[in-house]
Amino acid sequence: MDLILDTLGLAKSAELLSLSPPGWGGNLLRGLANSLQIAFGAFGFGLLIGLFGASGKLYGGVVIRDLLAIYTTVIRAVPELVLILILYYVGTDLINQASSALGYGRVEISGVVAGIWVLGIVQGAYATEVLRGAIQAIPHGQIEAARAFGMPSFMLMRRVTIPAMMSYATPGLANLWLIATKDTALLAIVGFSELTLETRQAASSTRAYFTFFLAAGALYMIVTLFSGAVFARIEKWARRGQPSLRGAGK
Amino acid sequence: MAMPELTADEEQVPVEETEAIRVTDLHKSFGTLEVLKGVSLTAHKGDVVAIIGGSGSGKSTFLRCINFLETPSSGQIVINGEEVLMRPDGMPVKRRQIERIRTRLGMVFQAFNLWTHRTLLENVIEVPVHVLKVPRAKAIERAQALLERVGLGDRADTFPSYLSGGQQQRAAIARALAVDPSVMLFDEPTSALDPELVGEVLTVIRDLAAEGRTMLLVTHEMKFAREVATHVVYLFEGRIEEQGPPEEVFGNPKSARLQQFLKTVG
Repeated sequence: MDLILDTLGLAKSAELLSLSPPGWGGNLLRGLANSLQIAFGAFGFGLLIGLFGASGKLYGGVVIRDLLAIYTTVIRAVPELVLILILYYVGTDLINQASSALGYGRVEISGVVAGIWVLGIVQGAYATEVLRGAIQAIPHGQIEAARAFGMPSFMLMRRVTIPAMMSYATPGLANLWLIATKDTALLAIVGFSELTLETRQAASSTRAYFTFFLAAGALYMIVTLFSGAVFARIEKWARRGQPSLRGAGK
Repeated sequence: MAMPELTADEEQVPVEETEAIRVTDLHKSFGTLEVLKGVSLTAHKGDVVAIIGGSGSGKSTFLRCINFLETPSSGQIVINGEEVLMRPDGMPVKRRQIERIRTRLGMVFQAFNLWTHRTLLENVIEVPVHVLKVPRAKAIERAQALLERVGLGDRADTFPSYLSGGQQQRAAIARALAVDPSVMLFDEPTSALDPELVGEVLTVIRDLAAEGRTMLLVTHEMKFAREVATHVVYLFEGRIEEQGPPEEVFGNPKSARLQQFLKTVG
């Protein structure tokens, strides 16, 4: 192993990337874990917002529909980096003001929670639109059949709407998840030590920019490939009962 | 002395109880278009009421108002002696009430409307297990028997999209039967089928009629309506133009419109 690395001239890089100090590999992996944690949380939070948002847009009253239209328009109009700065500083400020008003003094806000909150709100706007489209793509008769048999609306959502829309929503949600994993990099700007910030620190301390950013790129790539495999399985499950389109156009 | 009174009582009570559906003066408008202009209809237990009429006569809308898939504009609907409480705008007052009543009405749609992400068996047990809270094992047993009955016993684990229209519609009938409905509502059950598949679905419906199930059947199959119905209603532009026993309505139509209609479809 050492010999191969030596002949390739990569011995130095391997040393830099080793998991134990003085190597920086451990830091990178910690950063990756933080990134994934936030991406998971934000994606989940975004899905939750999206589900309520889509229902509100489709079935809500005028006020709810207008509020949701403002939410999705504003969030999708403003660059994410700007949104992160706004939501992060405004959010922490509001919480601090509230807590000092209640006499608790300043609170330390966990980077993970703040990251999930900020990215989740951004994801929610996109998820609202993805899910709204997916729900509208369900043949209306399937929902009508459930109503005709006396299914209460929450059960109808759980038993018919969500499973039936999954096949339409999965590709869009897979996109959102991948965007979530990479949007975590934007949190570097508020000093959250996710993968990109860890990489930059490692790189600037060692001057081995190429090595570290290549390694970070590889980690993001691995996450993407793995996610692709998982979403392929989810989509296969979601499309159960639907004949394949392959060959249908012949 | 007491005997005649008792008989009178006995006669009165069953009369009340045999009413499966009573609709009184039902109106329905879509915007400015009035589709139903005061339709009244009573179906007793065991009746097979065929509702016929041209396209746009309001026959499907009438059927869909009965289980409030369409919200009536006004009128009164009584199902199994229970009046559906309506607000002035026709919306049911209590969601729960209409949901409960809906579980007693087995609806079969023109476009089948099976849940495509569930197998036939899953389609049939869905409402019993989740809405009516029947134990799963019992529901499966019953569903299997129902699929057997409509000739799909060996297709229980197939998804609807892999079946012909006729098979899907038979499965949809099994799904409606699974709730053991007091009334079956058929909304043009054979209109979306290829001609050669119509027969297999009609056979199943004919069986149900023969066993005395109460049914409201919106249909274009005049021969079939004449054969299975106990009562035929002809709708024209949102009103009942003529009604009566099938021999009368088909054999000796009185209104000129019905005569014309029967000529064009027959």
